Amino acid sequence: MSGRPPKIEIRGLRKSFGPKQVLNGIDLEVGVGESVVVIGGSGSGKSVMLKCLIGLMEPDAGSIKVDGEELVGMDAAERERVRSKFGMLFQGGALFDSLRVWENVGFGLTAGGGMGRAEAKAIALRKLAALGLGPEVGELWPAELSGGMQKRVALARAIATEPEIILFDEPTTGLDPIMGDVINDLIVKCVRDLGATALSITHDMASARRIAHRIAMIYDGRIIWSGPVAEIDRSGNAHVDQFIHGRAEGPIRMPVRPL
Amino acid sequence: MTALLQPIGRALLSALATTGRLGLFTAQALSHCVRPPFYPRLIGRQMLEIGYYSLPVVGLTAIFTGMVLALQSFTGFTRFNAESAIPNVVVISITRELGPVLAGLMVAGRIGAAMAAEIGTMRVTEQIDALATLSTNPMKYLVAPRLLAGLAMLPLLVLVADVIGVFGGYLVSIYKLGFNPNVYIRNSWNFVEPIDVISGLVKAAVFGFLVALMGCYHGYHSRGGAQGVGTATTNAVVSAAILILTFNYIITELFFAR
Repeated sequence: MSGRPPKIEIRGLRKSFGPKQVLNGIDLEVGVGESVVVIGGSGSGKSVMLKCLIGLMEPDAGSIKVDGEELVGMDAAERERVRSKFGMLFQGGALFDSLRVWENVGFGLTAGGGMGRAEAKAIALRKLAALGLGPEVGELWPAELSGGMQKRVALARAIATEPEIILFDEPTTGLDPIMGDVINDLIVKCVRDLGATALSITHDMASARRIAHRIAMIYDGRIIWSGPVAEIDRSGNAHVDQFIHGRAEGPIRMPVRPL
Repeated sequence: MTALLQPIGRALLSALATTGRLGLFTAQALSHCVRPPFYPRLIGRQMLEIGYYSLPVVGLTAIFTGMVLALQSFTGFTRFNAESAIPNVVVISITRELGPVLAGLMVAGRIGAAMAAEIGTMRVTEQIDALATLSTNPMKYLVAPRLLAGLAMLPLLVLVADVIGVFGGYLVSIYKLGFNPNVYIRNSWNFVEPIDVISGLVKAAVFGFLVALMGCYHGYHSRGGAQGVGTATTNAVVSAAILILTFNYIITELFFAR
Protein backbone atom coordinates (compact mmCIF):
# COMPACT_ATOMS: atom_id res chain seq x y z
CA MET A 1 0.00 0.00 0.00
CA SER A 2 2.73 2.30 -1.03
CA GLY A 3 1.51 5.84 -0.54
CA ARG A 4 -2.08 5.26 -1.70
CA PRO A 5 -4.71 5.59 1.03
CA PRO A 6 -6.30 2.27 1.99
CA LYS A 7 -9.69 1.35 0.57
CA ILE A 8 -10.90 0.14 3.94
CA GLU A 9 -9.45 1.31 7.23
CA ILE A 10 -10.73 -0.13 10.49
CA ARG A 11 -9.44 1.34 13.75
CA GLY A 12 -10.17 0.27 17.31
CA LEU A 13 -13.45 -1.40 16.43
CA ARG A 14 -15.36 -2.59 19.49
CA LYS A 15 -18.65 -4.40 19.81
CA SER A 16 -20.17 -6.29 22.69
CA PHE A 17 -23.40 -8.16 23.22
CA GLY A 18 -24.46 -7.78 26.83
CA PRO A 19 -21.47 -8.69 28.98
CA LYS A 20 -19.73 -10.52 26.09
CA GLN A 21 -17.03 -8.46 24.40
CA VAL A 22 -16.89 -9.80 20.83
CA LEU A 23 -14.71 -7.23 19.11
CA ASN A 24 -11.96 -5.88 21.29
CA GLY A 25 -10.33 -3.18 19.22
CA ILE A 26 -9.91 -4.44 15.66
CA ASP A 27 -7.31 -2.66 13.51
CA LEU A 28 -7.25 -3.65 9.85
CA GLU A 29 -6.39 -2.02 6.57
CA VAL A 30 -7.21 -3.23 3.08
CA GLY A 31 -5.48 -1.55 0.16
CA VAL A 32 -7.07 -0.75 -3.19
CA GLY A 33 -7.31 -3.92 -5.28
CA GLU A 34 -5.97 -6.02 -2.44
CA SER A 35 -7.49 -9.30 -1.27
CA VAL A 36 -7.31 -9.77 2.47
CA VAL A 37 -8.53 -12.90 4.19
CA VAL A 38 -9.29 -12.82 7.90
CA ILE A 39 -8.96 -16.23 9.50
CA GLY A 40 -10.12 -17.22 12.94
CA GLY A 41 -12.07 -19.83 14.84
CA SER A 42 -15.79 -19.96 15.37
CA GLY A 43 -16.99 -17.21 17.67
CA SER A 44 -13.82 -15.17 17.24
CA GLY A 45 -15.81 -12.17 15.95
CA LYS A 46 -15.09 -12.41 12.22
CA SER A 47 -18.74 -12.30 11.19
CA VAL A 48 -19.52 -9.42 13.53
CA MET A 49 -16.63 -7.45 12.03
CA LEU A 50 -18.03 -8.00 8.54
CA LYS A 51 -21.52 -6.99 9.63
CA CYS A 52 -20.22 -3.79 11.19
CA LEU A 53 -18.33 -3.03 8.00
CA ILE A 54 -21.37 -3.34 5.74
CA GLY A 55 -23.63 -1.56 8.23
CA LEU A 56 -25.84 -4.41 9.36
CA MET A 57 -24.62 -3.75 12.90
CA GLU A 58 -23.57 -0.56 14.61
CA PRO A 59 -20.24 -0.88 16.48
CA ASP A 60 -19.95 0.40 20.05
CA ALA A 61 -16.74 2.28 19.39
CA GLY A 62 -14.01 2.71 16.83
CA SER A 63 -13.83 3.91 13.28
CA ILE A 64 -14.46 2.37 9.86
CA LYS A 65 -13.35 4.36 6.86
CA VAL A 66 -14.04 3.51 3.23
CA ASP A 67 -12.20 5.70 0.74
CA GLY A 68 -11.44 7.97 3.68
CA GLU A 69 -15.12 8.43 4.60
CA GLU A 70 -16.11 7.65 8.16
CA LEU A 71 -18.97 5.12 8.25
CA VAL A 72 -19.61 4.97 11.98
CA GLY A 73 -22.38 7.38 12.88
CA MET A 74 -23.20 8.16 9.26
CA ASP A 75 -26.86 8.96 8.53
CA ALA A 76 -29.03 6.44 6.70
CA ALA A 77 -29.08 8.07 3.26
CA GLU A 78 -25.30 8.55 3.16
CA ARG A 79 -24.85 5.02 4.41
CA GLU A 80 -27.00 3.75 1.54
CA ARG A 81 -24.73 5.51 -0.95
CA VAL A 82 -21.55 4.02 0.55
CA ARG A 83 -23.19 0.62 0.80
CA SER A 84 -23.71 0.55 -2.97
CA LYS A 85 -19.91 0.24 -3.27
CA PHE A 86 -20.17 -3.15 -1.58
CA GLY A 87 -21.14 -6.57 -2.78
CA MET A 88 -21.45 -9.43 -0.36
CA LEU A 89 -21.44 -13.21 -0.70
CA PHE A 90 -23.28 -14.70 2.26
CA GLN A 91 -22.30 -17.92 3.93
CA GLY A 92 -25.47 -19.82 3.04
CA GLY A 93 -25.90 -17.93 -0.23
CA ALA A 94 -28.98 -16.13 1.13
CA LEU A 95 -30.69 -16.33 -2.26
CA PHE A 96 -34.29 -15.05 -2.27
CA ASP A 97 -36.29 -18.21 -2.67
CA SER A 98 -39.40 -16.39 -3.88
CA LEU A 99 -37.51 -15.14 -6.95
CA ARG A 100 -36.07 -16.94 -9.96
CA VAL A 101 -32.31 -17.29 -10.30
CA TRP A 102 -31.95 -14.47 -12.83
CA GLU A 103 -34.16 -12.19 -10.70
CA ASN A 104 -31.84 -12.90 -7.79
CA VAL A 105 -28.76 -12.03 -9.80
CA GLY A 106 -30.36 -8.90 -11.25
CA PHE A 107 -31.85 -7.80 -7.92
CA GLY A 108 -29.25 -5.15 -7.15
CA LEU A 109 -29.60 -3.75 -10.67
CA THR A 110 -33.38 -3.27 -10.59
CA ALA A 111 -33.47 -2.18 -6.93
CA GLY A 112 -34.75 1.35 -6.51
CA GLY A 113 -35.84 1.56 -10.16
CA GLY A 114 -32.24 1.67 -11.32
CA MET A 115 -32.73 -0.47 -14.41
CA GLY A 116 -35.53 -2.12 -16.39
CA ARG A 117 -36.20 -5.84 -15.99
CA ALA A 118 -35.26 -6.79 -19.56
CA GLU A 119 -31.91 -5.05 -19.33
CA ALA A 120 -31.23 -6.50 -15.88
CA LYS A 121 -32.05 -9.99 -17.16
CA ALA A 122 -29.55 -9.68 -20.01
CA ILE A 123 -26.83 -8.64 -17.57
CA ALA A 124 -27.80 -11.35 -15.09
CA LEU A 125 -27.57 -14.06 -17.74
CA ARG A 126 -24.19 -12.73 -18.84
CA LYS A 127 -22.91 -12.85 -15.25
CA LEU A 128 -24.23 -16.40 -14.85
CA ALA A 129 -22.53 -17.45 -18.08
CA ALA A 130 -19.23 -16.02 -16.82
CA LEU A 131 -19.55 -18.34 -13.82
CA GLY A 132 -20.29 -21.36 -16.02
CA LEU A 133 -24.08 -21.40 -15.63
CA GLY A 134 -26.22 -21.56 -18.77
CA PRO A 135 -29.30 -19.42 -19.49
CA GLU A 136 -31.61 -22.32 -18.56
CA VAL A 137 -30.38 -22.01 -14.97
CA GLY A 138 -31.65 -18.44 -14.91
CA GLU A 139 -35.26 -19.63 -15.11
CA LEU A 140 -34.92 -22.06 -12.19
CA TRP A 141 -35.81 -21.38 -8.56
CA PRO A 142 -32.99 -21.32 -5.98
CA ALA A 143 -34.40 -24.39 -4.22
CA GLU A 144 -33.85 -26.42 -7.41
CA LEU A 145 -30.08 -25.83 -7.35
CA SER A 146 -27.32 -27.85 -5.68
CA GLY A 147 -25.23 -26.21 -2.95
CA GLY A 148 -22.36 -25.44 -5.29
CA MET A 149 -24.64 -23.91 -7.90
CA GLN A 150 -26.35 -21.80 -5.23
CA LYS A 151 -22.95 -20.46 -4.20
CA ARG A 152 -22.17 -19.59 -7.81
CA VAL A 153 -25.50 -17.82 -8.23
CA ALA A 154 -24.89 -15.94 -4.98
CA LEU A 155 -21.46 -14.97 -6.27
CA ALA A 156 -23.04 -13.75 -9.52
CA ARG A 157 -25.48 -11.65 -7.48
CA ALA A 158 -22.66 -10.19 -5.38
CA ILE A 159 -20.71 -9.05 -8.45
CA ALA A 160 -23.67 -8.10 -10.71
CA THR A 161 -23.53 -4.44 -9.76
CA GLU A 162 -19.74 -4.43 -10.29
CA PRO A 163 -19.00 -3.30 -6.75
CA GLU A 164 -15.67 -1.76 -5.74
CA ILE A 165 -15.48 -3.89 -2.60
CA ILE A 166 -16.60 -7.48 -2.29
CA LEU A 167 -17.04 -9.22 1.06
CA PHE A 168 -16.95 -13.00 1.26
CA ASP A 169 -18.44 -14.69 4.32
CA GLU A 170 -17.06 -18.24 4.55
CA PRO A 171 -17.26 -18.76 0.79
CA THR A 172 -16.36 -22.47 0.83
CA THR A 173 -18.19 -23.62 3.95
CA GLY A 174 -20.54 -26.51 3.25
CA LEU A 175 -19.03 -27.39 -0.14
CA ASP A 176 -17.01 -30.46 -1.06
CA PRO A 177 -13.27 -29.78 -1.58
CA ILE A 178 -13.52 -29.81 -5.38
CA MET A 179 -16.48 -27.45 -5.53
CA GLY A 180 -14.73 -25.36 -2.89
CA ASP A 181 -11.76 -25.02 -5.19
CA VAL A 182 -14.01 -24.12 -8.13
CA ILE A 183 -15.50 -21.34 -6.02
CA ASN A 184 -12.02 -20.18 -4.95
CA ASP A 185 -10.99 -19.96 -8.61
CA LEU A 186 -14.11 -18.02 -9.49
CA ILE A 187 -13.55 -15.62 -6.60
CA VAL A 188 -9.96 -14.96 -7.68
CA LYS A 189 -11.10 -14.46 -11.27
CA CYS A 190 -14.01 -12.16 -10.39
CA VAL A 191 -11.97 -10.00 -8.07
CA ARG A 192 -9.19 -9.67 -10.67
CA ASP A 193 -11.55 -8.97 -13.59
CA LEU A 194 -13.44 -6.29 -11.65
CA GLY A 195 -10.28 -4.87 -10.14
CA ALA A 196 -12.20 -4.99 -6.88
CA THR A 197 -10.97 -4.92 -3.31
CA ALA A 198 -11.83 -8.11 -1.45
CA LEU A 199 -12.22 -8.88 2.23
CA SER A 200 -13.03 -12.45 3.16
CA ILE A 201 -13.50 -14.31 6.39
CA THR A 202 -12.97 -18.03 6.57
CA HIS A 203 -11.62 -20.85 8.64
CA ASP A 204 -10.75 -22.89 5.55
CA MET A 205 -6.96 -22.52 5.17
CA ALA A 206 -6.89 -23.98 1.64
CA SER A 207 -9.35 -21.32 0.58
CA ALA A 208 -7.46 -18.58 2.41
CA ARG A 209 -4.18 -19.49 0.69
CA ARG A 210 -5.87 -19.45 -2.72
CA ILE A 211 -7.71 -16.16 -2.60
CA ALA A 212 -5.59 -14.00 -0.29
CA HIS A 213 -2.81 -11.56 -1.00
CA ARG A 214 -2.59 -10.98 2.71
CA ILE A 215 -3.88 -12.94 5.68
CA ALA A 216 -4.87 -11.57 9.07
CA MET A 217 -5.70 -13.69 12.06
CA ILE A 218 -8.42 -12.67 14.49
CA TYR A 219 -8.39 -14.05 18.01
CA ASP A 220 -10.30 -12.92 21.06
CA GLY A 221 -11.71 -9.92 19.19
CA ARG A 222 -8.33 -8.60 18.03
CA ILE A 223 -6.12 -8.97 14.98
CA ILE A 224 -3.12 -10.81 16.43
CA TRP A 225 -1.10 -11.27 13.26
CA SER A 226 -1.19 -10.11 9.67
CA GLY A 227 1.16 -10.57 6.77
CA PRO A 228 1.56 -11.67 3.16
CA VAL A 229 0.17 -15.10 2.39
CA ALA A 230 3.67 -16.46 1.70
CA GLU A 231 4.74 -15.72 5.27
CA ILE A 232 1.89 -17.49 7.03
CA ASP A 233 3.96 -20.64 7.54
CA ARG A 234 6.70 -18.74 9.33
CA SER A 235 4.65 -16.25 11.26
CA GLY A 236 6.41 -17.03 14.51
CA ASN A 237 3.07 -16.73 16.24
CA ALA A 238 1.96 -19.74 18.24
CA HIS A 239 -1.75 -18.94 17.80
CA VAL A 240 -1.40 -18.75 14.02
CA ASP A 241 0.63 -21.96 13.88
CA GLN A 242 -1.95 -23.80 15.92
CA PHE A 243 -4.77 -22.55 13.70
CA ILE A 244 -3.23 -23.25 10.29
CA HIS A 245 -2.25 -26.75 11.34
CA GLY A 246 -5.58 -27.36 13.03
CA ARG A 247 -4.15 -28.62 16.34
CA ALA A 248 -6.35 -29.06 19.38
CA GLU A 249 -3.34 -28.42 21.67
CA GLY A 250 -1.87 -24.94 21.89
CA PRO A 251 -2.47 -21.45 23.22
CA ILE A 252 -5.99 -21.26 21.74
CA ARG A 253 -8.41 -22.92 24.08
CA MET A 254 -11.80 -23.81 22.66
CA PRO A 255 -14.56 -23.12 25.17
CA VAL A 256 -15.58 -26.77 25.45
CA ARG A 257 -16.92 -28.00 28.73
CA PRO A 258 -15.53 -31.36 29.88
CA LEU A 259 -17.98 -34.24 29.66
CA MET B 1 -37.95 -7.72 50.02
CA THR B 2 -35.74 -6.87 47.05
CA ALA B 3 -35.75 -10.53 46.04
CA LEU B 4 -39.52 -10.32 45.92
CA LEU B 5 -39.63 -7.13 43.85
CA GLN B 6 -36.89 -8.08 41.42
CA PRO B 7 -38.88 -10.44 39.18
CA ILE B 8 -41.78 -7.98 39.05
CA GLY B 9 -39.48 -5.18 38.03
CA ARG B 10 -37.76 -7.35 35.45
CA ALA B 11 -41.08 -8.43 33.92
CA LEU B 12 -42.27 -4.82 33.82
CA LEU B 13 -39.06 -3.63 32.16
CA SER B 14 -39.19 -6.34 29.55
CA ALA B 15 -42.86 -5.59 28.83
CA LEU B 16 -42.02 -1.92 28.40
CA ALA B 17 -39.07 -2.77 26.15
CA THR B 18 -41.27 -4.97 23.95
CA THR B 19 -43.92 -2.27 23.71
CA GLY B 20 -41.28 0.25 22.73
CA ARG B 21 -39.76 -2.04 20.12
CA LEU B 22 -43.16 -2.77 18.63
CA GLY B 23 -44.07 0.91 18.61
CA LEU B 24 -40.83 1.80 16.87
CA PHE B 25 -41.31 -1.01 14.36
CA THR B 26 -44.86 0.14 13.62
CA ALA B 27 -43.83 3.77 13.19
CA GLN B 28 -40.97 2.80 10.89
CA ALA B 29 -43.17 0.48 8.84
CA LEU B 30 -45.87 3.16 8.46
CA SER B 31 -43.34 5.73 7.34
CA HIS B 32 -42.15 3.30 4.65
CA CYS B 33 -45.77 2.75 3.53
CA VAL B 34 -46.10 6.38 2.47
CA ARG B 35 -42.62 7.08 1.04
CA PRO B 36 -41.40 5.90 -2.37
CA PRO B 37 -40.15 3.64 -3.84
CA PHE B 38 -43.29 1.49 -3.77
CA TYR B 39 -43.43 -2.09 -4.91
CA PRO B 40 -46.77 -2.50 -6.74
CA ARG B 41 -45.94 -6.07 -7.84
CA LEU B 42 -45.35 -7.14 -4.24
CA ILE B 43 -48.43 -5.32 -2.96
CA GLY B 44 -50.48 -7.03 -5.69
CA ARG B 45 -49.13 -10.46 -4.81
CA GLN B 46 -49.92 -9.96 -1.12
CA MET B 47 -53.42 -8.66 -1.93
CA LEU B 48 -54.08 -11.78 -3.97
CA GLU B 49 -52.78 -13.98 -1.17
CA ILE B 50 -54.79 -12.24 1.56
CA GLY B 51 -57.95 -11.36 -0.33
CA TYR B 52 -58.49 -14.03 -2.95
CA TYR B 53 -56.92 -17.17 -1.50
CA SER B 54 -58.54 -16.59 1.90
CA LEU B 55 -62.03 -16.50 0.35
CA PRO B 56 -62.83 -20.23 0.70
CA VAL B 57 -61.90 -20.47 4.37
CA VAL B 58 -63.56 -17.18 5.30
CA GLY B 59 -66.63 -18.04 3.20
CA LEU B 60 -67.07 -21.40 4.93
CA THR B 61 -66.64 -19.80 8.35
CA ALA B 62 -69.23 -17.18 7.50
CA ILE B 63 -71.88 -19.50 6.08
CA PHE B 64 -71.80 -21.91 9.02
CA THR B 65 -71.78 -19.03 11.49
CA GLY B 66 -74.87 -17.52 9.84
CA MET B 67 -76.59 -20.90 9.83
CA VAL B 68 -75.91 -21.71 13.46
CA LEU B 69 -76.87 -18.18 14.49
CA ALA B 70 -80.33 -18.61 12.95
CA LEU B 71 -80.73 -22.03 14.52
CA GLN B 72 -79.68 -20.95 18.02
CA SER B 73 -81.74 -17.75 17.93
CA PHE B 74 -84.75 -19.83 16.95
CA THR B 75 -84.47 -22.17 19.94
CA GLY B 76 -84.15 -19.18 22.23
CA PHE B 77 -86.67 -16.84 20.65
CA THR B 78 -89.56 -19.35 20.32
CA ARG B 79 -89.90 -19.20 24.09
CA PHE B 80 -90.88 -15.53 23.83
CA ASN B 81 -92.71 -15.81 20.49
CA ALA B 82 -90.02 -13.59 19.00
CA GLU B 83 -89.07 -15.71 15.98
CA SER B 84 -89.66 -12.75 13.69
CA ALA B 85 -86.54 -11.10 15.15
CA ILE B 86 -84.26 -13.78 13.74
CA PRO B 87 -83.40 -11.94 10.47
CA ASN B 88 -82.52 -8.86 12.50
CA VAL B 89 -80.35 -10.76 14.94
CA VAL B 90 -78.52 -12.54 12.15
CA VAL B 91 -77.81 -9.47 10.06
CA ILE B 92 -76.71 -7.32 13.01
CA SER B 93 -74.52 -10.00 14.58
CA ILE B 94 -72.84 -10.84 11.31
CA THR B 95 -72.12 -7.31 10.09
CA ARG B 96 -71.16 -5.79 13.41
CA GLU B 97 -69.28 -8.56 15.15
CA LEU B 98 -68.98 -12.04 13.77
CA GLY B 99 -68.07 -11.17 10.19
CA PRO B 100 -65.01 -9.06 11.03
CA VAL B 101 -63.91 -10.98 14.12
CA LEU B 102 -64.13 -14.46 12.64
CA ALA B 103 -62.65 -13.38 9.32
CA GLY B 104 -59.87 -11.64 11.25
CA LEU B 105 -59.14 -14.74 13.31
CA MET B 106 -59.17 -17.03 10.28
CA VAL B 107 -56.85 -14.68 8.39
CA ALA B 108 -54.59 -14.47 11.45
CA GLY B 109 -54.25 -18.25 11.31
CA ARG B 110 -53.76 -18.36 7.58
CA ILE B 111 -51.88 -15.20 6.67
CA GLY B 112 -50.28 -14.08 9.94
CA ALA B 113 -48.66 -17.47 10.37
CA ALA B 114 -47.46 -17.59 6.76
CA MET B 115 -45.97 -14.09 7.00
CA ALA B 116 -44.13 -14.85 10.23
CA ALA B 117 -42.79 -18.13 8.85
CA GLU B 118 -41.67 -16.61 5.55
CA ILE B 119 -40.04 -13.49 6.99
CA GLY B 120 -38.62 -15.49 9.90
CA THR B 121 -36.98 -17.94 7.52
CA MET B 122 -35.62 -15.03 5.50
CA ARG B 123 -34.16 -13.64 8.72
CA VAL B 124 -32.41 -16.82 9.84
CA THR B 125 -31.06 -17.58 6.34
CA GLU B 126 -29.65 -14.01 6.10
CA GLN B 127 -31.94 -13.10 3.20
CA ILE B 128 -33.01 -9.94 5.05
CA ASP B 129 -29.35 -8.93 5.46
CA ALA B 130 -28.84 -9.70 1.78
CA LEU B 131 -31.69 -7.32 0.87
CA ALA B 132 -30.00 -4.54 2.79
CA THR B 133 -26.71 -5.14 0.98
CA LEU B 134 -28.52 -4.91 -2.38
CA SER B 135 -29.67 -1.30 -1.79
CA THR B 136 -33.15 -2.42 -0.73
CA ASN B 137 -34.70 -1.52 2.59
CA PRO B 138 -36.20 -4.72 4.05
CA MET B 139 -38.91 -2.75 5.87
CA LYS B 140 -40.00 -1.21 2.60
CA TYR B 141 -39.67 -4.38 0.54
CA LEU B 142 -41.09 -6.94 2.98
CA VAL B 143 -43.15 -5.19 5.64
CA ALA B 144 -44.83 -2.22 3.93
CA PRO B 145 -46.50 -4.25 1.10
CA ARG B 146 -47.93 -6.72 3.60
CA LEU B 147 -49.32 -4.01 5.87
CA LEU B 148 -50.93 -2.19 2.95
CA ALA B 149 -52.39 -5.39 1.54
CA GLY B 150 -53.79 -6.41 4.94
CA LEU B 151 -55.31 -2.97 5.46
CA ALA B 152 -56.92 -2.94 2.02
CA MET B 153 -58.07 -6.52 1.61
CA LEU B 154 -59.69 -7.46 4.92
CA PRO B 155 -62.59 -4.99 4.49
CA LEU B 156 -63.33 -6.49 1.06
CA LEU B 157 -63.09 -9.98 2.49
CA VAL B 158 -65.44 -9.05 5.33
CA LEU B 159 -67.93 -7.50 2.91
CA VAL B 160 -68.12 -10.84 1.12
CA ALA B 161 -68.28 -12.68 4.46
CA ASP B 162 -71.21 -10.46 5.54
CA VAL B 163 -73.21 -11.42 2.47
CA ILE B 164 -72.39 -15.12 2.80
CA GLY B 165 -73.12 -15.11 6.54
CA VAL B 166 -76.54 -13.52 6.08
CA PHE B 167 -77.19 -16.01 3.30
CA GLY B 168 -76.36 -18.86 5.72
CA GLY B 169 -78.97 -17.55 8.16
CA TYR B 170 -81.42 -17.21 5.28
CA LEU B 171 -80.90 -20.83 4.19
CA VAL B 172 -81.63 -22.26 7.63
CA SER B 173 -84.58 -19.91 8.21
CA ILE B 174 -86.24 -20.73 4.88
CA TYR B 175 -85.57 -24.45 4.50
CA LYS B 176 -85.58 -25.55 8.12
CA LEU B 177 -87.55 -23.03 10.14
CA GLY B 178 -90.19 -22.28 7.48
CA PHE B 179 -89.76 -18.51 7.05
CA ASN B 180 -91.15 -16.70 4.02
CA PRO B 181 -88.15 -15.77 1.80
CA ASN B 182 -89.49 -12.33 0.83
CA VAL B 183 -90.32 -11.35 4.39
CA TYR B 184 -86.93 -12.58 5.60
CA ILE B 185 -85.00 -10.55 3.07
CA ARG B 186 -87.18 -7.45 3.57
CA ASN B 187 -86.75 -7.67 7.34
CA SER B 188 -82.98 -8.04 7.07
CA TRP B 189 -82.67 -5.20 4.59
CA ASN B 190 -84.91 -2.78 6.49
CA PHE B 191 -83.29 -3.44 9.82
CA VAL B 192 -79.62 -3.12 8.95
CA GLU B 193 -78.19 0.41 9.14
CA PRO B 194 -75.18 1.71 7.21
CA ILE B 195 -73.33 2.19 10.52
CA ASP B 196 -73.60 -1.55 11.23
CA VAL B 197 -71.75 -2.42 8.05
CA ILE B 198 -69.34 0.50 8.23
CA SER B 199 -68.28 -0.26 11.80
CA GLY B 200 -67.63 -3.84 10.71
CA LEU B 201 -65.49 -2.70 7.80
CA VAL B 202 -63.49 -0.32 9.98
CA LYS B 203 -62.85 -3.23 12.33
CA ALA B 204 -61.80 -5.35 9.36
CA ALA B 205 -59.26 -2.77 8.21
CA VAL B 206 -57.79 -2.53 11.72
CA PHE B 207 -57.69 -6.32 12.08
CA GLY B 208 -56.05 -6.74 8.68
CA PHE B 209 -53.37 -4.25 9.68
CA LEU B 210 -52.84 -5.96 13.05
CA VAL B 211 -52.57 -9.45 11.53
CA ALA B 212 -49.97 -8.29 9.01
CA LEU B 213 -48.13 -6.24 11.64
CA MET B 214 -47.88 -9.18 14.05
CA GLY B 215 -46.80 -11.56 11.27
CA CYS B 216 -44.11 -9.17 10.09
CA TYR B 217 -42.93 -8.10 13.56
CA HIS B 218 -42.47 -11.60 14.92
CA GLY B 219 -40.95 -12.89 11.69
CA TYR B 220 -38.57 -9.94 11.46
CA HIS B 221 -37.29 -10.45 14.99
CA SER B 222 -37.08 -14.23 14.91
CA ARG B 223 -33.75 -15.86 15.51
CA GLY B 224 -32.16 -19.19 16.22
CA GLY B 225 -33.04 -21.39 13.28
CA ALA B 226 -36.07 -23.60 12.78
CA GLN B 227 -37.19 -23.42 16.39
CA GLY B 228 -37.05 -19.64 16.37
CA VAL B 229 -39.20 -19.51 13.26
CA GLY B 230 -41.70 -21.87 14.92
CA THR B 231 -41.89 -19.64 17.99
CA ALA B 232 -42.30 -16.57 15.82
CA THR B 233 -45.20 -18.19 13.96
CA THR B 234 -46.98 -19.14 17.18
CA ASN B 235 -46.44 -15.69 18.67
CA ALA B 236 -47.71 -14.01 15.52
CA VAL B 237 -50.99 -15.93 15.55
CA VAL B 238 -51.61 -15.71 19.30
CA SER B 239 -50.76 -12.02 19.60
CA ALA B 240 -52.84 -11.20 16.50
CA ALA B 241 -55.83 -13.07 17.93
CA ILE B 242 -55.57 -11.30 21.29
CA LEU B 243 -55.16 -7.89 19.66
CA ILE B 244 -58.15 -8.57 17.38
CA LEU B 245 -60.39 -9.34 20.35
CA THR B 246 -59.08 -6.36 22.32
CA PHE B 247 -59.46 -3.89 19.49
CA ASN B 248 -62.87 -5.35 18.67
CA TYR B 249 -64.08 -4.21 22.05
CA ILE B 250 -62.39 -0.82 21.79
CA ILE B 251 -63.81 -0.07 18.35
CA THR B 252 -67.28 -1.22 19.39
CA GLU B 253 -67.04 1.10 22.37
CA LEU B 254 -66.02 4.00 20.12
CA PHE B 255 -68.83 3.40 17.64
CA PHE B 256 -71.79 2.43 19.76
CA ALA B 257 -71.29 3.35 23.41
CA ARG B 258 -73.06 6.44 24.64
